[in-house]
Amino acid sequence: MTTTPLVSAATLVYRRDLLLAVRHWGQAAQPLMFFAMVTTLFPLALGPDLGELRQVAGGILWVAALLASLLGVELLFRADHVDGTLEQMMVSGQPLAMLALAKGAAHWTICGLPLVLISPLVAGGLGVPGAALCTLMLSIGLGTGILSALGAIGSALTLGLRRGSVLLSLLVLPLAMPALIFGARAVDMAIHGESARGPLLLLAAMLVLAVTLAPAAVAAALRISAE
Amino acid sequence: MNWTWFHKLASPPHAYRIAGSLAAWFGWPAFLLIIAGLYGGLILAPADYQQGDAFRIVYVHAPSAWLSMFIYGTMATAAVIGLIWRIKLAHAVAAASAPIGASFTFLALATGAIWGKPMWGTWWVWDARLTSELLLLFLYAGVMALRASIDDRDRADRASAVLAIVGVVNLPIIHYSVYWWNTLHQESTLTKIGKPSMAGEMLWPLLVMLLGFTLYYGAVLMVRLRAEILRRERDASWLRAGAGS
Repeated sequence: MTTTPLVSAATLVYRRDLLLAVRHWGQAAQPLMFFAMVTTLFPLALGPDLGELRQVAGGILWVAALLASLLGVELLFRADHVDGTLEQMMVSGQPLAMLALAKGAAHWTICGLPLVLISPLVAGGLGVPGAALCTLMLSIGLGTGILSALGAIGSALTLGLRRGSVLLSLLVLPLAMPALIFGARAVDMAIHGESARGPLLLLAAMLVLAVTLAPAAVAAALRISAE
Repeated sequence: MNWTWFHKLASPPHAYRIAGSLAAWFGWPAFLLIIAGLYGGLILAPADYQQGDAFRIVYVHAPSAWLSMFIYGTMATAAVIGLIWRIKLAHAVAAASAPIGASFTFLALATGAIWGKPMWGTWWVWDARLTSELLLLFLYAGVMALRASIDDRDRADRASAVLAIVGVVNLPIIHYSVYWWNTLHQESTLTKIGKPSMAGEMLWPLLVMLLGFTLYYGAVLMVRLRAEILRRERDASWLRAGAGS
Protein backbone atom coordinates (compact mmCIF):
# COMPACT_ATOMS: atom_id res chain seq x y z
CA MET A 1 0.00 0.00 0.00
CA THR A 2 1.35 3.40 -0.88
CA THR A 3 0.70 6.35 1.37
CA THR A 4 0.26 9.88 0.16
CA PRO A 5 3.32 12.06 0.84
CA LEU A 6 2.84 14.21 3.90
CA VAL A 7 2.96 17.55 2.13
CA SER A 8 0.29 16.63 -0.38
CA ALA A 9 -1.89 15.14 2.37
CA ALA A 10 -1.62 18.36 4.35
CA THR A 11 -2.33 20.39 1.21
CA LEU A 12 -5.39 18.25 0.54
CA VAL A 13 -6.71 18.90 4.05
CA TYR A 14 -6.02 22.61 3.66
CA ARG A 15 -7.75 22.86 0.28
CA ARG A 16 -10.68 20.75 1.43
CA ASP A 17 -11.30 23.05 4.39
CA LEU A 18 -11.08 26.13 2.19
CA LEU A 19 -13.47 24.61 -0.31
CA LEU A 20 -15.94 23.72 2.45
CA ALA A 21 -15.73 27.27 3.76
CA VAL A 22 -16.36 28.73 0.32
CA ARG A 23 -19.39 26.45 -0.14
CA HIS A 24 -20.77 27.51 3.23
CA TRP A 25 -19.53 31.06 3.05
CA GLY A 26 -22.40 32.35 5.16
CA GLN A 27 -21.08 30.44 8.13
CA ALA A 28 -17.50 31.47 7.49
CA ALA A 29 -18.51 35.13 7.35
CA GLN A 30 -20.12 35.10 10.80
CA PRO A 31 -16.95 35.91 12.80
CA LEU A 32 -16.30 38.76 10.40
CA MET A 33 -19.77 40.19 10.99
CA PHE A 34 -19.23 39.71 14.70
CA PHE A 35 -15.98 41.68 14.53
CA ALA A 36 -17.63 44.54 12.69
CA MET A 37 -20.58 44.62 15.08
CA VAL A 38 -18.56 44.48 18.29
CA THR A 39 -16.35 47.34 17.14
CA THR A 40 -19.53 49.29 16.36
CA LEU A 41 -20.73 48.82 19.93
CA PHE A 42 -17.87 50.86 21.35
CA PRO A 43 -18.54 54.20 19.65
CA LEU A 44 -22.19 53.78 20.61
CA ALA A 45 -21.25 53.10 24.23
CA LEU A 46 -18.37 55.56 24.61
CA GLY A 47 -19.54 58.43 22.43
CA PRO A 48 -18.72 59.43 18.87
CA ASP A 49 -15.67 61.61 19.58
CA LEU A 50 -12.89 60.29 17.33
CA GLY A 51 -10.17 61.80 19.50
CA GLU A 52 -11.32 59.77 22.48
CA LEU A 53 -11.95 56.63 20.45
CA ARG A 54 -8.45 56.82 19.03
CA GLN A 55 -7.05 56.48 22.55
CA VAL A 56 -8.72 53.09 23.04
CA ALA A 57 -8.90 51.95 19.42
CA GLY A 58 -6.01 49.48 19.75
CA GLY A 59 -7.66 47.74 22.67
CA ILE A 60 -11.10 47.69 21.06
CA LEU A 61 -9.84 46.23 17.79
CA TRP A 62 -7.80 43.60 19.55
CA VAL A 63 -10.46 42.47 21.99
CA ALA A 64 -12.96 42.27 19.13
CA ALA A 65 -10.52 40.28 16.98
CA LEU A 66 -9.81 37.94 19.88
CA LEU A 67 -13.49 37.23 20.49
CA ALA A 68 -14.19 36.85 16.78
CA SER A 69 -11.37 34.30 16.44
CA LEU A 70 -12.72 32.34 19.39
CA LEU A 71 -16.15 32.31 17.81
CA GLY A 72 -14.84 30.78 14.63
CA VAL A 73 -12.49 28.24 16.15
CA GLU A 74 -15.27 26.41 17.97
CA LEU A 75 -16.38 24.69 14.79
CA LEU A 76 -12.86 23.79 13.66
CA PHE A 77 -13.12 20.04 14.32
CA ARG A 78 -16.80 19.59 15.01
CA ALA A 79 -18.06 18.68 11.54
CA ASP A 80 -15.11 16.35 10.95
CA HIS A 81 -15.75 14.70 14.29
CA VAL A 82 -19.44 14.18 13.59
CA ASP A 83 -19.08 12.69 10.10
CA GLY A 84 -16.05 10.54 10.93
CA THR A 85 -13.47 12.40 8.85
CA LEU A 86 -11.40 12.98 11.95
CA GLU A 87 -11.21 9.28 12.67
CA GLN A 88 -10.12 8.64 9.09
CA MET A 89 -7.35 11.21 9.54
CA MET A 90 -6.19 9.44 12.68
CA VAL A 91 -6.00 6.03 11.06
CA SER A 92 -4.59 7.37 7.79
CA GLY A 93 -1.00 6.85 8.95
CA GLN A 94 -0.21 10.52 8.46
CA PRO A 95 1.13 12.43 11.46
CA LEU A 96 -1.97 13.91 13.04
CA ALA A 97 -0.07 16.98 14.22
CA MET A 98 0.70 17.98 10.62
CA LEU A 99 -2.89 17.51 9.53
CA ALA A 100 -3.96 19.58 12.53
CA LEU A 101 -1.50 22.25 11.45
CA ALA A 102 -3.04 22.24 7.97
CA LYS A 103 -6.50 22.58 9.47
CA GLY A 104 -5.27 25.41 11.67
CA ALA A 105 -3.74 27.17 8.68
CA ALA A 106 -7.00 26.77 6.78
CA HIS A 107 -8.88 28.18 9.73
CA TRP A 108 -6.59 31.20 9.80
CA THR A 109 -7.13 31.74 6.07
CA ILE A 110 -10.90 31.56 6.51
CA CYS A 111 -11.26 33.43 9.78
CA GLY A 112 -8.06 35.38 10.50
CA LEU A 113 -7.21 36.75 7.08
CA PRO A 114 -10.63 38.38 6.51
CA LEU A 115 -10.25 40.09 9.89
CA VAL A 116 -6.87 41.44 8.77
CA LEU A 117 -8.37 42.71 5.54
CA ILE A 118 -11.39 44.38 7.13
CA SER A 119 -9.47 45.83 10.09
CA PRO A 120 -8.28 49.03 8.29
CA LEU A 121 -11.89 49.81 7.41
CA VAL A 122 -13.08 49.32 10.98
CA ALA A 123 -10.03 51.14 12.36
CA GLY A 124 -10.75 54.13 10.15
CA GLY A 125 -14.11 54.41 11.84
CA LEU A 126 -12.38 54.51 15.21
CA GLY A 127 -10.13 57.39 14.20
CA VAL A 128 -6.95 55.39 13.73
CA PRO A 129 -4.57 57.44 11.54
CA GLY A 130 -3.59 56.05 8.15
CA ALA A 131 0.05 55.69 9.12
CA ALA A 132 -0.84 53.13 11.79
CA LEU A 133 -2.91 50.88 9.54
CA CYS A 134 0.06 48.86 8.34
CA THR A 135 1.11 48.03 11.91
CA LEU A 136 -2.50 47.28 12.75
CA MET A 137 -2.86 44.76 9.93
CA LEU A 138 0.45 43.15 10.77
CA SER A 139 -0.38 42.82 14.46
CA ILE A 140 -3.88 41.46 13.79
CA GLY A 141 -2.41 39.04 11.25
CA LEU A 142 0.21 37.70 13.66
CA GLY A 143 -2.24 37.72 16.54
CA THR A 144 -5.01 35.81 14.78
CA GLY A 145 -2.38 33.22 13.84
CA ILE A 146 -1.55 32.75 17.53
CA LEU A 147 -5.24 32.64 18.36
CA SER A 148 -5.92 30.03 15.70
CA ALA A 149 -3.20 27.84 17.19
CA LEU A 150 -4.36 28.28 20.80
CA GLY A 151 -8.00 28.04 19.82
CA ALA A 152 -7.34 24.78 18.00
CA ILE A 153 -6.06 23.29 21.28
CA GLY A 154 -9.16 24.44 23.12
CA SER A 155 -11.41 23.29 20.31
CA ALA A 156 -9.80 19.84 20.29
CA LEU A 157 -10.13 19.52 24.06
CA THR A 158 -13.79 20.51 24.14
CA LEU A 159 -14.74 18.46 21.11
CA GLY A 160 -18.20 16.97 21.39
CA LEU A 161 -18.95 18.46 24.80
CA ARG A 162 -22.25 20.02 25.67
CA ARG A 163 -21.96 23.80 26.04
CA GLY A 164 -18.45 23.58 24.72
CA SER A 165 -18.34 27.17 23.50
CA VAL A 166 -18.34 28.84 26.92
CA LEU A 167 -15.81 26.32 28.15
CA LEU A 168 -13.65 26.97 25.10
CA SER A 169 -13.50 30.66 25.98
CA LEU A 170 -12.61 29.82 29.58
CA LEU A 171 -9.72 27.66 28.43
CA VAL A 172 -8.32 29.82 25.67
CA LEU A 173 -8.72 33.40 26.94
CA PRO A 174 -6.08 33.21 29.71
CA LEU A 175 -3.63 31.67 27.26
CA ALA A 176 -4.33 34.38 24.70
CA MET A 177 -3.61 37.31 26.98
CA PRO A 178 0.10 37.72 26.12
CA ALA A 179 -0.88 38.10 22.47
CA LEU A 180 -3.52 40.65 23.45
CA ILE A 181 -1.02 42.62 25.51
CA PHE A 182 1.58 42.97 22.77
CA GLY A 183 -0.88 43.23 19.90
CA ALA A 184 -2.83 46.06 21.47
CA ARG A 185 0.41 47.71 22.56
CA ALA A 186 1.78 47.62 19.02
CA VAL A 187 -1.35 49.25 17.63
CA ASP A 188 -1.33 51.82 20.39
CA MET A 189 2.30 52.72 19.76
CA ALA A 190 1.64 53.06 16.03
CA ILE A 191 -1.34 55.32 16.69
CA HIS A 192 0.89 57.58 18.76
CA GLY A 193 3.47 57.67 15.99
CA GLU A 194 6.08 55.48 17.66
CA SER A 195 7.83 52.51 16.12
CA ALA A 196 5.99 49.31 17.06
CA ARG A 197 8.87 47.08 16.11
CA GLY A 198 9.42 45.60 19.59
CA PRO A 199 5.91 44.29 20.32
CA LEU A 200 5.53 43.12 16.72
CA LEU A 201 8.71 41.07 16.96
CA LEU A 202 7.51 39.58 20.24
CA LEU A 203 4.19 38.73 18.60
CA ALA A 204 6.06 37.07 15.75
CA ALA A 205 8.13 35.07 18.24
CA MET A 206 4.95 33.93 19.99
CA LEU A 207 3.47 32.92 16.65
CA VAL A 208 6.53 30.81 15.85
CA LEU A 209 6.31 29.17 19.27
CA ALA A 210 2.57 28.56 18.95
CA VAL A 211 2.83 27.10 15.45
CA THR A 212 5.68 24.85 16.57
CA LEU A 213 4.19 23.49 19.76
CA ALA A 214 0.41 23.75 19.35
CA PRO A 215 0.02 21.04 16.65
CA ALA A 216 1.44 18.42 19.02
CA ALA A 217 -0.97 19.49 21.76
CA VAL A 218 -3.87 19.56 19.29
CA ALA A 219 -3.04 16.06 18.09
CA ALA A 220 -2.84 14.73 21.67
CA ALA A 221 -6.12 16.43 22.55
CA LEU A 222 -7.85 15.09 19.43
CA ARG A 223 -6.80 11.56 20.22
CA ILE A 224 -8.17 11.91 23.74
CA SER A 225 -11.43 13.52 22.66
CA ALA A 226 -12.20 11.27 19.72
CA GLU A 227 -11.64 7.97 21.50
CA MET B 1 15.90 -1.78 37.64
CA ASN B 2 13.06 -3.20 39.64
CA TRP B 3 9.91 -1.11 39.36
CA THR B 4 7.66 -3.30 41.48
CA TRP B 5 7.64 -0.86 44.39
CA PHE B 6 6.59 1.88 42.03
CA HIS B 7 3.64 0.00 40.61
CA LYS B 8 2.70 -1.11 44.08
CA LEU B 9 2.74 2.53 45.17
CA ALA B 10 0.45 3.45 42.32
CA SER B 11 -2.11 0.77 43.10
CA PRO B 12 -5.21 2.32 44.66
CA PRO B 13 -5.43 0.27 47.89
CA HIS B 14 -1.79 0.85 48.64
CA ALA B 15 -1.92 4.54 47.78
CA TYR B 16 -5.05 4.91 49.86
CA ARG B 17 -3.32 3.50 52.91
CA ILE B 18 -0.07 5.45 52.42
CA ALA B 19 -1.95 8.70 51.83
CA GLY B 20 -3.73 8.12 55.12
CA SER B 21 -0.56 7.91 57.14
CA LEU B 22 1.20 10.65 55.12
CA ALA B 23 -1.66 13.02 55.88
CA ALA B 24 -0.75 12.82 59.56
CA TRP B 25 2.98 13.02 58.84
CA PHE B 26 2.46 16.22 56.86
CA GLY B 27 -0.38 17.57 58.95
CA TRP B 28 1.13 17.71 62.43
CA PRO B 29 4.45 19.33 61.44
CA ALA B 30 2.45 21.78 59.33
CA PHE B 31 0.28 22.64 62.31
CA LEU B 32 3.27 23.17 64.61
CA LEU B 33 5.24 25.16 62.04
CA ILE B 34 2.30 27.43 61.25
CA ILE B 35 1.72 28.08 64.98
CA ALA B 36 5.44 28.85 65.42
CA GLY B 37 5.52 31.00 62.29
CA LEU B 38 2.44 32.95 63.35
CA TYR B 39 3.90 33.53 66.79
CA GLY B 40 7.20 34.65 65.33
CA GLY B 41 5.57 36.78 62.68
CA LEU B 42 2.76 38.38 64.61
CA ILE B 43 4.35 38.77 68.04
CA LEU B 44 8.14 38.44 67.99
CA ALA B 45 8.95 40.26 64.75
CA PRO B 46 9.22 44.05 65.07
CA ALA B 47 6.93 46.32 63.08
CA ASP B 48 8.27 47.48 59.73
CA TYR B 49 9.69 51.02 59.84
CA GLN B 50 7.77 51.99 56.72
CA GLN B 51 4.73 49.77 56.64
CA GLY B 52 4.10 49.37 60.37
CA ASP B 53 2.12 46.34 61.35
CA ALA B 54 0.49 46.06 57.94
CA PHE B 55 3.51 44.19 56.59
CA ARG B 56 2.62 41.20 58.77
CA ILE B 57 0.11 39.99 56.21
CA VAL B 58 3.14 38.87 54.20
CA TYR B 59 3.29 35.82 56.47
CA VAL B 60 0.10 34.58 54.85
CA HIS B 61 0.43 36.32 51.49
CA ALA B 62 3.88 35.14 50.42
CA PRO B 63 3.34 31.44 51.31
CA SER B 64 0.01 31.51 49.48
CA ALA B 65 1.58 33.07 46.41
CA TRP B 66 4.39 30.50 46.52
CA LEU B 67 1.91 27.65 46.82
CA SER B 68 -0.27 28.99 44.03
CA MET B 69 2.67 28.44 41.68
CA PHE B 70 4.10 25.36 43.37
CA ILE B 71 0.77 23.55 43.18
CA TYR B 72 0.37 24.40 39.51
CA GLY B 73 3.81 22.92 38.96
CA THR B 74 2.88 19.81 40.94
CA MET B 75 -0.36 19.49 39.00
CA ALA B 76 1.43 19.77 35.67
CA THR B 77 4.10 17.28 36.74
CA ALA B 78 1.42 14.82 37.83
CA ALA B 79 -0.33 15.45 34.51
CA VAL B 80 2.83 14.61 32.56
CA ILE B 81 3.36 11.43 34.59
CA GLY B 82 -0.27 10.46 34.14
CA LEU B 83 -0.20 11.07 30.40
CA ILE B 84 3.08 9.35 29.63
CA TRP B 85 2.96 6.33 31.94
CA ARG B 86 -0.82 6.18 32.11
CA ILE B 87 -0.80 6.12 35.89
CA LYS B 88 -4.30 6.82 37.14
CA LEU B 89 -3.02 7.81 40.56
CA ALA B 90 -1.10 10.72 39.02
CA HIS B 91 -4.33 11.98 37.45
CA ALA B 92 -5.97 11.65 40.85
CA VAL B 93 -3.19 13.80 42.33
CA ALA B 94 -3.73 16.41 39.63
CA ALA B 95 -7.48 16.34 40.20
CA ALA B 96 -7.04 16.70 43.95
CA SER B 97 -4.49 19.52 43.59
CA ALA B 98 -6.40 21.89 41.32
CA PRO B 99 -8.97 23.15 43.86
CA ILE B 100 -6.28 23.55 46.54
CA GLY B 101 -4.14 25.56 44.14
CA ALA B 102 -7.07 27.72 43.14
CA SER B 103 -7.87 28.37 46.81
CA PHE B 104 -4.30 29.48 47.55
CA THR B 105 -4.28 31.67 44.45
CA PHE B 106 -7.47 33.27 45.67
CA LEU B 107 -5.98 33.66 49.15
CA ALA B 108 -2.88 35.31 47.69
CA LEU B 109 -5.06 37.74 45.73
CA ALA B 110 -7.29 38.46 48.73
CA THR B 111 -4.42 39.07 51.16
CA GLY B 112 -2.71 41.16 48.48
CA ALA B 113 -5.81 43.30 48.18
CA ILE B 114 -6.12 43.69 51.96
CA TRP B 115 -2.47 44.73 52.09
CA GLY B 116 -2.86 47.04 49.11
CA LYS B 117 -5.67 49.06 50.65
CA PRO B 118 -3.52 50.78 53.34
CA MET B 119 -0.29 50.68 51.28
CA TRP B 120 -1.38 51.78 47.84
CA GLY B 121 -4.70 53.28 48.94
CA THR B 122 -6.70 50.94 46.72
CA TRP B 123 -7.90 47.36 46.82
CA TRP B 124 -6.72 46.57 43.35
CA VAL B 125 -4.15 47.94 40.95
CA TRP B 126 -3.37 46.52 37.53
CA ASP B 127 0.09 45.65 38.63
CA ALA B 128 2.05 42.94 36.88
CA ARG B 129 2.23 40.37 39.64
CA LEU B 130 -1.35 40.86 40.75
CA THR B 131 -2.52 40.47 37.18
CA SER B 132 -0.47 37.36 36.49
CA GLU B 133 -1.76 35.88 39.75
CA LEU B 134 -5.28 36.61 38.53
CA LEU B 135 -4.50 34.90 35.23
CA LEU B 136 -3.16 31.94 37.18
CA LEU B 137 -6.54 31.76 38.92
CA PHE B 138 -8.19 31.73 35.49
CA LEU B 139 -5.89 28.90 34.38
CA TYR B 140 -6.89 26.88 37.43
CA ALA B 141 -10.53 27.67 36.68
CA GLY B 142 -10.07 26.43 33.12
CA VAL B 143 -8.55 23.12 34.21
CA MET B 144 -11.28 22.59 36.81
CA ALA B 145 -14.05 23.59 34.40
CA LEU B 146 -12.76 21.23 31.73
CA ARG B 147 -12.58 18.37 34.20
CA ALA B 148 -16.08 19.10 35.45
CA SER B 149 -17.54 19.22 31.93
CA ILE B 150 -16.39 15.79 30.82
CA ASP B 151 -18.40 12.87 32.16
CA ASP B 152 -16.02 10.12 31.15
CA ARG B 153 -13.41 9.91 33.90
CA ASP B 154 -10.54 8.78 31.70
CA ARG B 155 -11.12 11.45 29.09
CA ALA B 156 -11.52 14.10 31.79
CA ASP B 157 -8.19 13.06 33.28
CA ARG B 158 -6.26 13.17 30.07
CA ALA B 159 -7.88 16.27 28.61
CA SER B 160 -7.24 18.31 31.74
CA ALA B 161 -3.69 16.93 31.81
CA VAL B 162 -3.08 18.29 28.29
CA LEU B 163 -4.53 21.63 29.34
CA ALA B 164 -2.37 21.75 32.48
CA ILE B 165 0.73 21.12 30.38
CA VAL B 166 -0.25 23.76 27.82
CA GLY B 167 -0.80 26.11 30.75
CA VAL B 168 2.58 25.43 32.29
CA VAL B 169 4.30 26.13 28.95
CA ASN B 170 2.37 29.37 28.72
CA LEU B 171 2.89 30.41 32.32
CA PRO B 172 6.32 32.02 31.84
CA ILE B 173 5.11 33.80 28.71
CA ILE B 174 2.07 35.11 30.54
CA HIS B 175 4.16 36.11 33.51
CA TYR B 176 6.77 38.04 31.57
CA SER B 177 4.37 39.65 29.16
CA VAL B 178 2.31 40.92 32.05
CA TYR B 179 5.50 42.02 33.74
CA TRP B 180 6.62 44.10 30.79
CA TRP B 181 3.10 45.37 30.39
CA ASN B 182 3.07 47.15 33.71
CA THR B 183 4.88 46.95 36.98
CA LEU B 184 4.74 48.63 40.35
CA HIS B 185 4.82 45.74 42.78
CA GLN B 186 7.71 45.81 45.18
CA GLU B 187 10.61 43.58 44.26
CA SER B 188 10.41 40.03 45.51
CA THR B 189 12.19 39.83 48.84
CA LEU B 190 13.08 36.18 48.79
CA THR B 191 14.52 35.66 45.33
CA LYS B 192 17.84 37.11 46.39
CA ILE B 193 18.88 33.98 48.18
CA GLY B 194 22.38 35.13 49.08
CA LYS B 195 21.36 38.30 50.87
CA PRO B 196 17.66 38.69 51.58
CA SER B 197 16.59 42.29 52.03
CA MET B 198 14.69 41.41 55.18
CA ALA B 199 15.88 41.47 58.77
CA GLY B 200 16.53 38.05 60.28
CA GLU B 201 13.84 38.28 62.94
CA MET B 202 11.30 39.11 60.26
CA LEU B 203 12.66 36.53 57.87
CA TRP B 204 12.67 33.33 59.90
CA PRO B 205 8.92 33.34 60.60
CA LEU B 206 8.38 33.78 56.87
CA LEU B 207 10.54 30.76 56.04
CA VAL B 208 8.81 28.75 58.76
CA MET B 209 5.43 29.75 57.35
CA LEU B 210 6.55 28.81 53.82
CA LEU B 211 7.52 25.36 55.00
CA GLY B 212 4.43 25.03 57.16
CA PHE B 213 2.09 26.03 54.31
CA THR B 214 3.81 23.63 51.93
CA LEU B 215 3.43 20.78 54.39
CA TYR B 216 -0.18 21.82 54.93
CA TYR B 217 -0.71 21.49 51.18
CA GLY B 218 0.81 18.02 51.42
CA ALA B 219 -1.60 17.07 54.18
CA VAL B 220 -4.67 18.45 52.43
CA LEU B 221 -3.57 16.83 49.19
CA MET B 222 -3.37 13.44 50.91
CA VAL B 223 -6.84 13.84 52.41
CA ARG B 224 -8.28 14.92 49.08
CA LEU B 225 -6.40 12.16 47.30
CA ARG B 226 -8.04 9.60 49.58
CA ALA B 227 -11.44 11.04 48.76
CA GLU B 228 -10.55 11.03 45.06
CA ILE B 229 -9.44 7.38 45.24
CA LEU B 230 -12.68 6.46 47.01
CA ARG B 231 -14.71 8.23 44.35
CA ARG B 232 -12.84 6.52 41.52
CA GLU B 233 -12.75 3.08 43.07
CA ARG B 234 -16.21 3.04 44.57
CA ASP B 235 -17.06 -0.21 42.80
CA ALA B 236 -13.76 -1.95 43.47
CA SER B 237 -13.66 -5.15 45.43
CA TRP B 238 -10.78 -4.12 47.72
CA LEU B 239 -12.93 -1.34 49.11
CA ARG B 240 -15.77 -3.69 49.98
CA ALA B 241 -13.39 -6.22 51.45
CA GLY B 242 -11.37 -3.79 53.50
CA ALA B 243 -14.00 -1.19 54.30
CA GLY B 244 -13.28 0.36 57.64
CA SER B 245 -9.59 -0.47 57.73
